[in-house]
Formats: sequence, structure tokens, C-alpha cells
Amino acid sequence: MIWFSLLVLIPLAAVVWTAGEDGLGAFKDALTNKQTFNALKLTVLSSLAVTAVNIVMGTVIAWVLVRDRFPGKKLIDLVIDIPFAMPTIVAGLVLLSLYGAESPLGLEWNNTRKAVLLALAFVTVPFVVRTVQPVLEEMETDVEDAAASLGASRATTFRRITLPTLAPAIFAGATLSFARAISEYGSLVLLSGNLPNRTEVASVRVYSSIEGGNQQSAAAVATILLLVALVAIVVFDLIQRRLARRG
Amino acid sequence: MASTSSSMVGSGSPVLKWVLRLAVVGYLFFLVGWPSALIVRRTFEGGTQAFSDALHDPDVTHALQLSVTVALVAVVINLLFGVGMSLLLVRYEFPGKRALSALIDLPLAVSPIVVGLALVLVYNPRYGWFGEGLDAHGIQIIFAKPGMIMATTFVALPLVIREVVPVLEDMGDDQEQAANSLGANGWQTFWRVTLPGIKWAVVYGVVLSLARSLGEFGAVKVVAGNVSGETTTAPVLVQQKYQNFEQQTAYAVSFMLVAAAVVCLIVVALLRPSEHSQSRRLAKNDAAAKEIP
Repeated sequence: MIWFSLLVLIPLAAVVWTAGEDGLGAFKDALTNKQTFNALKLTVLSSLAVTAVNIVMGTVIAWVLVRDRFPGKKLIDLVIDIPFAMPTIVAGLVLLSLYGAESPLGLEWNNTRKAVLLALAFVTVPFVVRTVQPVLEEMETDVEDAAASLGASRATTFRRITLPTLAPAIFAGATLSFARAISEYGSLVLLSGNLPNRTEVASVRVYSSIEGGNQQSAAAVATILLLVALVAIVVFDLIQRRLARRG
Repeated sequence: MASTSSSMVGSGSPVLKWVLRLAVVGYLFFLVGWPSALIVRRTFEGGTQAFSDALHDPDVTHALQLSVTVALVAVVINLLFGVGMSLLLVRYEFPGKRALSALIDLPLAVSPIVVGLALVLVYNPRYGWFGEGLDAHGIQIIFAKPGMIMATTFVALPLVIREVVPVLEDMGDDQEQAANSLGANGWQTFWRVTLPGIKWAVVYGVVLSLARSLGEFGAVKVVAGNVSGETTTAPVLVQQKYQNFEQQTAYAVSFMLVAAAVVCLIVVALLRPSEHSQSRRLAKNDAAAKEIP
């Protein structure tokens, strides 16, 4: 307990404390600073976009992995874990090789907002897949078969039967991937170029504040990030409950 | 593995099936597969030259050594602490238990940079809450190894606990109580009964933490500061080398880091089926036992 407090609780409390030392002043400064505000906006919007992509693609990938059978499926299973195993800085390097300068595709996406989306999508690939997959494996197909035999179309079966069962897992994965996306740092350092107001995300902003010796504004942005994560967790939980109930 | 050949859902329209397959393969190929393959090819462009060059660079060997040391110490701390914490969370009742188990996952949702900042604020020798006192006793945490170990421990903290807690809950405490009633002391019970039960979960958690610890970048970068060379870990070195246009070295070090992580993952993949079938068997035994009146 003491170790946990020394390592996690007290330091995190210190962040919030430092940010709030002068009342709400530091937060106001942070939000009225155009560069910081843009960084936060970019972080939250890109994370939402990437999470939406993950909800769709992650569910589809999990579906294909569980219900479909074709050669090379094992390989896909392995590829999904790569982003999890890769150090984030290496993830940035890896994406730079295909989407940066000297790209074999001729895409020079480095230092653009597309690069931010790419990096976030890369590091969050496994989350939804890995939470949905076990649930789909456990799920029997007989209910779906029954619905189909009673004349429900495929779309109806999916919407009324499959989706409500999967919803909790999908949103648990979505929460994880959103939390990961708003806090991402390593993979963006090399890839996004950290251009102020354009491709600079909140974590990079916090880092440059620390480097510049401005601990308080760093702490303010950090606290805002923590709050956003908290709000997201609650909101995703609510959506998930509503979806599960509709089934 | 519920889908059978008779399933109407599983064998839906072939067009849709191919569209889905194509979408999945395409997405993963462009996002993960192709870039990863490219980096491997560029690493080996000049044969193994890049590796031998990298390994003769004192910066590289130092950074690798430092990374391995920090990761190992962090993993050992997380192992001891994780098992203890899991036992505490599952076997004992105390006020604030629910809050504690919710807080355990916190490190996963916190930006590594914020982790670094948090530790700096508390342990900084100049104005940190505890830093000044520790500094007066000649203990330096920030900009030195202890801080880097703490940062790494922080980010990998939940991994062991998340693996061990469900297994402990599954296991129940019947056997432990039996051991106790037969006169075993607490230590014997833990060593002979509890530990063998959670063995695989612990190994799994340790391997995951090791992979995570080796690759930690943001948090370590903040607490390590700019003591050039002295506190540069391998991932930080990758960034420096890349920005200094020593791309080959950066690729070589990256490759080593990824190789280590992939080995960790393969170990996990090999361990997992055995653990899975074991728990299934246990579940079956359980069900069978319940049917007997």
C-alpha cells in the first residue's frame, strides 16, 4: 500500500495539486493559450476519430478471426500483437518508413495531421480486437441461426442479436483505445514533426512545458488530459449500457 | 469455436465474406505489415554490418545495458508487489478495497509524459515534495537510475496484477484453508498451495511487463533528463540516433528492441494454450462436482 501510494497516488496527486495551486488560473491560462488549446483539440478529435475506426475495424477483424477460415489467419493474429510489443518510438520509425520521406508509395505524410491519425491507429489496433475476440468465441451461433431461420435478414440478425451481445466488449476496447490514444507520445515524436498548432498533441505540449521549466502549465494540461480520460470512461460506459439494454 | 459447418450465419454470402477479408487484410497490411517489413529490410540492407557497427558504438552498448538493468529491476519489483497486491485484493477485506482495485488500472490510462511529470514533481531534488529531504540524505532519484526504475515500474504496474487476480478469484481459498487447518503456517501455505496455482498467470504477467518495460520511452525520457550518455536508455537512443541522421544505428537498435519484445510475445503465445486448457479442465471438473448431489 505504501509503495503504491509513493509510486502512483502521491505523484499523481502532486500533478493535480501543482495545477490547482493558484485556483483555476493555470487551467485558464492553458485553455486560453492558443497553442495549448489547439494541441488539446487535436488530441481529443484525433483520438475520437481513431476510436471510431477501431470500433468498426476492430469488430470486423475479430469477426474474421473467429468466424472465417482461410490460410494466413494465424499470421493476421500475430500481426495484431505487433503494435503492442513494439516500443512506441520504434512504431514511429516503422510508420515513417512507409509514410514518410522516401516512401515507396510516394506519400509524404510526415509532419501532417494524417501522420497523427496513422500513429494513433497503429498503436491502438489490438485493443478492440482483443476484447471482442474472446466474447465472440464464447458466443454460440444457435441464437443467430434461430433468428435467421425465423426469417430475419442478416442485417437484422446482426443488429438485434450479435451487436448487443458484443457491445460491452466493443466499448471496453474502445475505452482502452481512446485512453491510449489521448496519452500517446512516443510514436508521434518522429512522425508528426510536432508543428505548433498543426500537429502538436497534448503530450508533446506537456513535455515541452517540462523542458521549458514551466511545471505548472505542464501540470494543468496533464490534469485536463486525466479529466478527459475520466469523462471518456464514464461516457463509453453509459453508451455501452444503453446498447446492451436495447438488445 | 462455436461455428460449425451447419451454421447459416457462419456461411453467409460469399461476396460479403470476401469484402470483409479484404478489408481486414488490407487495413492491417498497410498499417502494420508493410511498414514493419520495410524497416526489417532497411535494417539488413547492408547485411549485418549495421549490427556490428551498432554493437561497437559505446553509446549503444551502454544504453542497451541500462535498458536491460532498469527493465529487470522494474520487473522484479512488479513481480513481488504485484503478487502481494493481488493477494491483498482477492483474499482480504478492507475499507477502500474497491477504490484501490479501480486505481490499479490507472497507470494504463495515464500518458507516459504525465507519469514522468508526476514523479519529477514529487522527487525533484530542488522543489519536489520528498526530493529535498532525500537529497539531503544524498539520495538522488530524478535524473538517475532510481527514478527511471520507478517510471518503468509505474507504467508496467497493472500487468502482473491483471493476470493474477482473476486466477486467484477462480481458484477460491478452499485449498488454502485446508492447508491452514492441517497446520501449515502462512508462508508454507503460500509456497506450497497458492503459488503453484497462480504460477502461469505470474509468468505471463512477468513476460508482458518485461516487454513493456524494455520499450518504455516517454516516462523514462522525462525523469532521465539530459545527462548525456549517462541516463540514455535504448528507446531514447533510437530517437537521438535517428535525429542525428545515424539511421542505420537507429534501425539496428530498434530491431533488437522489437526482437526482444517479439520473443516475449512468442513465449506468451506458447504458454497460453496450456494455461487455457488447464483452466477449462478445472471448470469442467467444477461443473461435474456440482452435478453430484
